[in-house]
Amino acid sequence: MRIPAKAGASGWLALYLNEVPAFAGTRNGNLKMRYLPLTDTDRTAMLAKIGAASVDDLFVDVPAVARLDGPISDLPMHASEMAVERHMQKLAAKNMVAGEVPFFLGAGAYRHHVPASVDAIIQRGEFLTAYTPYQPEIAQGTLQMLFEFQTQVARLYGCVVANASMYDGSTACWEAVAMATRVTRRSRAVLSGALHPHYAGVVRTMAKFTGDTIADALPAIQPEPDLEGLIARIDDDTACVVVQYPDILGRISDLAPVAEAAHARGALLVVVNTEPVALGACKSPGEMGADIVVGEGQSLGVGLQFGGPYLGLFAVRDPKHVRQMPGRLCGETQDAEGKRGFVLTLSTREQHIRREKATSNICTNSGLCALAFSVHMTLLGEAGLRQLAAENHRLACLAADRLARVPGVRVLNSAFFNEFTLILEGKPAREIVRDLADRSVLGGVSLGRLYGGIAALEHALLVAVTETTTEEDIERLACELEEAIK
Amino acid sequence: MTRYFTDEHEWIDVEDGIATVGITEYAQGQLGDIVFVELPETGALIEQGKDAAVVESVKAASDVYAPITGEITEVNPALEDDPALVNSAPEDDGWFFKMTIADEGELDGLMDEDGYQAFIEAL
Repeated sequence: MRIPAKAGASGWLALYLNEVPAFAGTRNGNLKMRYLPLTDTDRTAMLAKIGAASVDDLFVDVPAVARLDGPISDLPMHASEMAVERHMQKLAAKNMVAGEVPFFLGAGAYRHHVPASVDAIIQRGEFLTAYTPYQPEIAQGTLQMLFEFQTQVARLYGCVVANASMYDGSTACWEAVAMATRVTRRSRAVLSGALHPHYAGVVRTMAKFTGDTIADALPAIQPEPDLEGLIARIDDDTACVVVQYPDILGRISDLAPVAEAAHARGALLVVVNTEPVALGACKSPGEMGADIVVGEGQSLGVGLQFGGPYLGLFAVRDPKHVRQMPGRLCGETQDAEGKRGFVLTLSTREQHIRREKATSNICTNSGLCALAFSVHMTLLGEAGLRQLAAENHRLACLAADRLARVPGVRVLNSAFFNEFTLILEGKPAREIVRDLADRSVLGGVSLGRLYGGIAALEHALLVAVTETTTEEDIERLACELEEAIK
Repeated sequence: MTRYFTDEHEWIDVEDGIATVGITEYAQGQLGDIVFVELPETGALIEQGKDAAVVESVKAASDVYAPITGEITEVNPALEDDPALVNSAPEDDGWFFKMTIADEGELDGLMDEDGYQAFIEAL
């Protein structure tokens, strides 16, 4: 074995010191360049050391045609602040804003009401400005917040341990696949056809570099997910089966048979959730036997914000898998005086210690989004989350019933939470969504947009309904859809 | 029974064609309190010098290399619940795994007890 050179205290100290940014421009008192870390002398010395005559020499591998020679043409010169504001307002007015029109978009990002108190709390300076505040001596507030966040995620998912968050749902999904390959020492992942295609895309992209085999499929357009077909694809080389719940078409089914089938083959069940509010009403993935549960946390506290930053959630059901988890983990401990305190724990899995053998190259977390999630969850409480979920489902049922009465429209799902799939006769759903937008209704996400060029899917439209949807919104969508579909 | 040592601080006992492998008293002292040991799978074929196990202390995680080439025949089940055995009895109850010996010749390149003592004194 190799004994680390800096296993002692000096190693840790050096680690923390490495995170302290070097303040720019203080060397040589070079005030002219005070926001840049390098002086001309530094630059000359560095170029001399590597044997380059100029910085341009470092770019010779970029073909000349691809290089910018001089300023960008047609780029206007700077303007006054007022003129820029006026210009930006004009651009912003081209947007159709989620809160200003009937809004039924979902497919992995949901518009929920975020209480104003969430923003007020997360903008406290202690939370907002601190970067990687993980030294327990000075960061008990942040560490306690992460600990509470982990507890909330673990309970929501029906798991025992959750980490301090990942970048977003899709990267958390890949991390779950990677973890399953470590746990099982196998390299094949079976993806459900009803996994969000963007999540499947991230998994395929990452697998290109790890060499893992990804067996994916297209969603079957039918009232219930094809779990038997999924189970049939599990073999003895399978590391994990990845299932979304509720799935990309909004369908909900008992995943216990998939868990059983996976376990019988020595594979893990990974359950992906893109709408955490659903778990206020539906059985948790952990209760159905999922080994790893991951998902997107955006629905609670974060808001749509043009697609990011979002919040990846990651939890495991079996404590024996904890050491294979990616990311930061916050733990509870006692200080020298026996008082309750919080620390980062099991860090030996992580990149700053295990280097290339770390469980993941993620060495950070979505701290502020995790805080927003945690504050929103805390404000709701368990009873509040259940009420919120019930209200989402009530309105979604109203919408499904109303939309099913539109001629040429039928609801595919036999079960759903707050999102369901409509099958539209005649024109492709994508065209109808555009038509609806022209009528100032954001009517849903067409499967044709998510899966380009697949004829079997192009008449399906995903419709999401949340507590922010009004009965007037639903009526308006039904009326406009009736016109658009003609 | 013959005991050999590597310059990566593993010890190997050879008996009836099977090698038992662990880490040395010196190594456990350098690592400090050991909190977790990840062991190889029984049946795994591992080449000399390649990663066979991971030992985690409160200070660091370190790889344990296979001192010789062979197939893992048994791992120490006691380490799962009580990794501190590696601290209390590193060269005895705190053994890591047993393996076959693919090439007896590989043993010739290893140190004996006196050789290893001289090696660590020179560190």
